[in-house]
Amino acid sequence: MAHGPSESFFSRWLFSTNHKDIGTLYLWFSFAMFLLGGAFAMVIRAELFQPGMQLIEPEFFNQMTTMHGLVMVFGAIMPAFVGLANWMIPMMIGAPDMALPRMNNLSFWILPFAFAILVATLFMEGGGPNFGWTFYAPLSTTYAPDTVNYFIFGVHIMGASSIMGSINIIATVINMRAPGMTYMKMPLFVWTWVITAFLLVAVMPVLAGAVTMMLMDINFGTSFFDAAGGGDPVLFQHVFWFFGHPEVYIIILPAFGVVSQIIPTFSRKPLFGYSSMVYATASIAFLSFIVWAHHMFTVGMPIAGELYFMYATMLIAVPTGVKVFNWVTTMYKGALTFETPMLFSIAFVILFTFGGFTGMMLSIAAADTQYHDTYFVVAHFHYVMVAGAVFSGTAAVYYWLPKWCGRMYDETMGKVQFWIAFIAFNITFMPQHFLGLAGMPRRYADYGLQFADWNMVSSVGAFMYGGAQLLFLFNVIRTIGWGKPIDDPKVWEGAEGLEWTLPTPAPFHTFSTPPVLK
Amino acid sequence: MSKRARALFLGLFSPMILCLVAGGAIAEEATWNSLNMPEGVTEVSQAAYDIHMIMIWICTVIGVAVFGFMFYVMFAHRKSKGVTPANFHENLTVEILWTIVPALILIVMAVPATTALLKVYDTENPDIDIKVTGYQWKWQYEYIGEGVKFMSELRTPQDEIYGRAPKGEHYLREVTEPLVIPTNKKVRFLITGNDVIHSWWVPDFAVKRDAIPGLFTAAWAKTDQAGIYVGECTELCGKGHAFMPIVVEVKEEAEYDQWLAAKKEEAVIYQSTIGKEWTDAELMAKGESVYAISCAGCHQAKGEGIPGVFPGLVDSSIVTGPVEDHIGILINGVAGSAMQSFADQLSEVDIAAVIHYKRNSWGNEMGDTVQPIDILNYKQTQ
Repeated sequence: MAHGPSESFFSRWLFSTNHKDIGTLYLWFSFAMFLLGGAFAMVIRAELFQPGMQLIEPEFFNQMTTMHGLVMVFGAIMPAFVGLANWMIPMMIGAPDMALPRMNNLSFWILPFAFAILVATLFMEGGGPNFGWTFYAPLSTTYAPDTVNYFIFGVHIMGASSIMGSINIIATVINMRAPGMTYMKMPLFVWTWVITAFLLVAVMPVLAGAVTMMLMDINFGTSFFDAAGGGDPVLFQHVFWFFGHPEVYIIILPAFGVVSQIIPTFSRKPLFGYSSMVYATASIAFLSFIVWAHHMFTVGMPIAGELYFMYATMLIAVPTGVKVFNWVTTMYKGALTFETPMLFSIAFVILFTFGGFTGMMLSIAAADTQYHDTYFVVAHFHYVMVAGAVFSGTAAVYYWLPKWCGRMYDETMGKVQFWIAFIAFNITFMPQHFLGLAGMPRRYADYGLQFADWNMVSSVGAFMYGGAQLLFLFNVIRTIGWGKPIDDPKVWEGAEGLEWTLPTPAPFHTFSTPPVLK
Repeated sequence: MSKRARALFLGLFSPMILCLVAGGAIAEEATWNSLNMPEGVTEVSQAAYDIHMIMIWICTVIGVAVFGFMFYVMFAHRKSKGVTPANFHENLTVEILWTIVPALILIVMAVPATTALLKVYDTENPDIDIKVTGYQWKWQYEYIGEGVKFMSELRTPQDEIYGRAPKGEHYLREVTEPLVIPTNKKVRFLITGNDVIHSWWVPDFAVKRDAIPGLFTAAWAKTDQAGIYVGECTELCGKGHAFMPIVVEVKEEAEYDQWLAAKKEEAVIYQSTIGKEWTDAELMAKGESVYAISCAGCHQAKGEGIPGVFPGLVDSSIVTGPVEDHIGILINGVAGSAMQSFADQLSEVDIAAVIHYKRNSWGNEMGDTVQPIDILNYKQTQ
């Protein structure tokens, strides 16, 4: 090895071009954002604990729902998976580092500034963004607080960061695979990330376009989204969801990748259909571009458009079904053990599938007339975002943490965390299906007495779920500082792949000489 | 900032406190049993309910099969039972089957889904057309061709919302004046927005269409069941989003005709009051009630406003300036701000009264009188 990390704390972390250090930065940043976004969620659930306005004003409530969504999507989930990609992709394909290490540093270090700008708006005159994470015009343009300009700037920076991160991943996977690592030998986590990176490069500029049009409408007298000036408020929604729908797959595809690594390991049996998993991922990515208007079934589209978007959306069930069947069949006739990563992965399969069912229901446009913008939708996307993305992210940390730091986490504490999280998650979000069907719209600061009981249950579940995350934080810190040292390169009995051939803990530089694949 | 910081702080610590009082705070009336979508009272709502139930059953069957198999595997194939893992992977027949079968199920589902959607879109040949306009934060209903038009706003008092008074039975489900429609007539709703996007939803009719400024969307309802049906705004429209309910009263045809005739007469009588000279006391009383419903939401109960968001009215340059400018603001609104035009929302009497009220309350002592005829004159010079 040429040299190790810089001795100085500041130069090590600020100037790092090492994929492992930058991965670590991404992961800690995303966890901090996860706690912040979670705190916003706690404010929301505390206010909704009972009918009436008790703790905050409706104006601030709207800022909380908006910031919760933005921070969780752009600050917590996306950077968490970029962090995992940074750590694992070079180790999985036998590369010494990412292809563009300096850009890697830049793409991380602009993120904290983007979120500092965004969160600072909460303390400015007029308050933070209060128009929902979907920021529909004209609420987000003509009727927005002045701080919307900070929000737009923040979104631009996040977009730039994501695009740079994606280009880096694409360049790494295309150019830096070890000899013999053909595309169809790449681990699924790498595959899902490459496809995700292409999605990001395709749609982040669309988001940038949407916010730039907003900026023009607000400050320079244009009328992209103002009917009075010849524009169209619905245009905003088309542009937003052309970004927004691929965006939700950007969040979930790497999660599929993680689960596709973990389930074979703890089943001690290879993934059932590797190539069909790759094709299914690619199909989902393709479909994600042609279904966006199913978020807009109530804007009064012509019926031909509505029918098309309904049929196209229903199709997504096919490749997604293929994935679920593959995971279950991988477990079939394996030799299963249930360590924490496996528990989270199995919960992922069950709860994600449940979210898929409600997704299929939502695709039926006539029924969506009733579901649209109610708590049923909130329940649906938390089943796929939390039980999907967050559970798999947690599984990934427990799965790879021993490899990263050479210490074993506390299995009992991990399992306790899992069961609290699993139960609390369902207490929080299962009742929200009932609330939505019974008629409670989303983003409501207050509600009629008929919704009181289930809201109270949901709030209690949410506080429990929040508590489970503190246990997670404690377990990770305890592992890094005081966990039982291990040096088995494989860590897990059933683990397969290049990353498990490296020493444990993984040295600062790995694969300086490319490995040879059979 | 300090207010916001305090709110954040409260939000973070209140969960613990709230959990402690949870036991005593369970709502009086148990509502645990409202778990499913209402069947509603129209053909469309029945169609939506039916397809919803079909989907639930299909998902249940698939779920039981997949999760059942998964649980079997988790119990039967655990390492602790001493099993040796198999090594099989890839099986073309199985993989083709589990692609084709779901695709076939989808094709079967598409048939009722399409039929139901065609019903939603069947807005041709209505008996009655009603224009629905979403405002921040209230609804306006206009019976097209009948000369009847009114606003419908939340009637729940602020004291109930902020816990200073016990919550009534119809908390957040009561409005100043409900929309009235007859039984057995096809009513078409032409829905639009005045400021931001709202969405007009009545679950029992399965009518939900966005109210978009500058565009119209259409929906329809026809029912034979008289009664009162409650709905909500379902598109985030600002701070009053949760406080603009919809109440629809379906009356038997004869009753509806009576009601409509009375509304038309009311409109004629109103015209005669515009020319009348109103006294200070009359204007103040009327103005106070208009202010509470239409202005206090933003400018606050005593005209103090919210700094940085909504301007205060005490000693403001407009309220203490020339009366024509003050009228102009209410009639035209302020472009690019949340201050909307009230020309179509409030009557001349209401506008005159509320301006008079503002100019002579909370320490504003202009002493001038604003009459409904001034508003009419202003509108005509425009």
